Amino acid sequence: MGKTLYEKLWDSHVVRALADGTCLVYIDRQLVHEVTSPQAFAGVRARHRGLWRADANLAVADHNVPTKDRALGISDPTSRVQIETLDRNCREFGVVLFAMDDVRQGIVHVVGPEQGATLPGMTIVCGDSHTSTLGAFGALAYGVGTSEVEQVMATQCLLQKRSRTMRVRLEGTVPAGVGAKDMALAVIGKIGTAGGTGYAIEFAGSAVRALSMEGRMTLCNMAIEAGARAGLVGVDETTLSYLAGRPFAPSGALWDQAVRAWRTCVTDPDATFDREWVIDVSALAPQVTFGTSPEMVVPIDGQVPDPARESDAARREALTAALRYMDLRPGTPMTEVPIDVVFIGSCTNARIEDLRAAAEVVAGRKVAAGVRRALVVPGSGLVKRAAEAEGLDRIFKEAGFEWRDPGCSMCLAMNADRLESGERCASTSNRNFEGRQGAGGRTHLVSPQMAAAAAIAGHFVDVRHH
Amino acid sequence: MQRFEKETGLVVPLDRLNVDTDAIIPKQFLKAVGRTGFGANLFDNWRYLDRGEPGQETARTPNPDFVLNKPRYQGASILLARANFGCGSSREHAPWALVEYGIRAIVAPSFADIFYQNSLKNGLLPVVLPEDTVDRLFQAVEAEVGYALTIDLRAERVFAHDEEIGTFAIDPFRKECLLNGLDDIGWTLRHEAEIREYEARRRREAPWLFPAEGSRI
Ligand code: SF4
Repeated sequence: MGKTLYEKLWDSHVVRALADGTCLVYIDRQLVHEVTSPQAFAGVRARHRGLWRADANLAVADHNVPTKDRALGISDPTSRVQIETLDRNCREFGVVLFAMDDVRQGIVHVVGPEQGATLPGMTIVCGDSHTSTLGAFGALAYGVGTSEVEQVMATQCLLQKRSRTMRVRLEGTVPAGVGAKDMALAVIGKIGTAGGTGYAIEFAGSAVRALSMEGRMTLCNMAIEAGARAGLVGVDETTLSYLAGRPFAPSGALWDQAVRAWRTCVTDPDATFDREWVIDVSALAPQVTFGTSPEMVVPIDGQVPDPARESDAARREALTAALRYMDLRPGTPMTEVPIDVVFIGSCTNARIEDLRAAAEVVAGRKVAAGVRRALVVPGSGLVKRAAEAEGLDRIFKEAGFEWRDPGCSMCLAMNADRLESGERCASTSNRNFEGRQGAGGRTHLVSPQMAAAAAIAGHFVDVRHH
Repeated sequence: MQRFEKETGLVVPLDRLNVDTDAIIPKQFLKAVGRTGFGANLFDNWRYLDRGEPGQETARTPNPDFVLNKPRYQGASILLARANFGCGSSREHAPWALVEYGIRAIVAPSFADIFYQNSLKNGLLPVVLPEDTVDRLFQAVEAEVGYALTIDLRAERVFAHDEEIGTFAIDPFRKECLLNGLDDIGWTLRHEAEIREYEARRRREAPWLFPAEGSRI
């Protein structure tokens, strides 16, 4: 019987299998950022060991970095210490680092693929849950904790158990104005935030094949919000043409050899999955979340649901609490919800294609008077440069958006970019948890087009009719 | 890592679905470069009425309505929780904060994957019990001040008042590590030769994964 892509990736990385199924698994690439690595480097230092393979690691600061006035340095002393610690650790252990003034600096999950440092067939980890993004390349990529970051640094291996396999087939052609983000939210709405727990989800089907690498990354990025540790998409021509010529990707004869191997990074036709979903996306509407969990999502033409209609007590309680936190009343049409802030950015939606899609909606229009702040934060310095070459920065600035430097920014508000208590934000990020974008802040997750349209209207609107 | 064999302790109930790691330890405390000092900020947004900042020295204002602040739950070492506990960010600061506060085990119908693994690596035992058992436990804790559970890892059983409440499963390897306080790195380094062997084979099969000596990557 054939194997799924996940099984191929797993089997080819097992160094040793234990009786209970726990395996010692080899890790090809580790991406490192400033927040989850200091204790790991300290651990390696305490054991008087170097890194097992310094060249398997690639580091960049992203979570804490300021997104404006960088020349002035970092004013928050705790953020500064953390970033300086990363610099020092990378120097000491010989890890390649894209420093804050390097044009290649950006969000770790945007930078890795952009550099060709995340390749098909690899096992990739990072001390960050959205490492699932990189599964878009037919690689096994997932987030780990700091102890595991240290273990990979020290041994290039992890002790893990095989996940169960799930395939989510997205079939059909999505309507204009609907994209990967809407598909991701619709999947989570359907299977729930714990629906993928214990699984690696492979996204397949005609709608996925039609997506660009950017779109596939958006989809895999949010696999973790469905509870899965990893998202996957099989390799095809789209994957290969994205990788060709990237700085860290192989070239010449090595490229040809690699491509032959990468073409096998797909699920065999006769392979079976532990669980399978088929979702028709041909009539999918743009999605918008209303609550404090990504599964609390409705189509834009929908309404805030009524907790009274929820039969399960714990869910009813959760829904009631979410609406209280979000200050929303049951039955309110989503298009009548006004917004204060717009955030276009994050590892979900800050690649060039996302900025193009948003700019197309914004072009020639102005941010509504009621919107207090509208931010565009490119995913990396190279995305920023490409956008500027196309004139996207001017479109945003003329409309009244702020055009920032790359980083995680208001996705998690560890730097100065954050919501004030009570502010409501249309955000292209991936988590709408309480306080995620600032204590008391209210987050609605949407696509870049939907965020742009909301900025112009001052409330959520259906971008299909905008 | 602290060993775990059997724990008898007071139970504190946290009756919320999908408790995420940012609720367990809010992001502003992640700027620390050490592994300790997180216990005081466990559930910071819910536990205090004022907003906490790292390195803060002024006294905080506890939220009297938050369950961890109720006098009857002081000294609890077992956290009773709802489904999908620990979802969200991969931060290991979450189990660090729980352990430092004094939590030794968490009982819930399900856990988010990364949090589950991170807990095991810090001597914090996540115990999965069926949804209806957890429901009954919430009622029992509510009804009886001082309600305690005993979690026996070796037997994989949970008891209350000497009566069995349920059984749970845990990977034998993880169980062994917890019982002995063993960490993964120590175990892995015993298999160094095998890793080198695997690496040599991969280098032949997939040379593009191994940058040439002297190149930057
Ligand atoms: S952009 Fe947001 S989700 Fe992505 S790595 Fe940064 S903080 Fe995490």
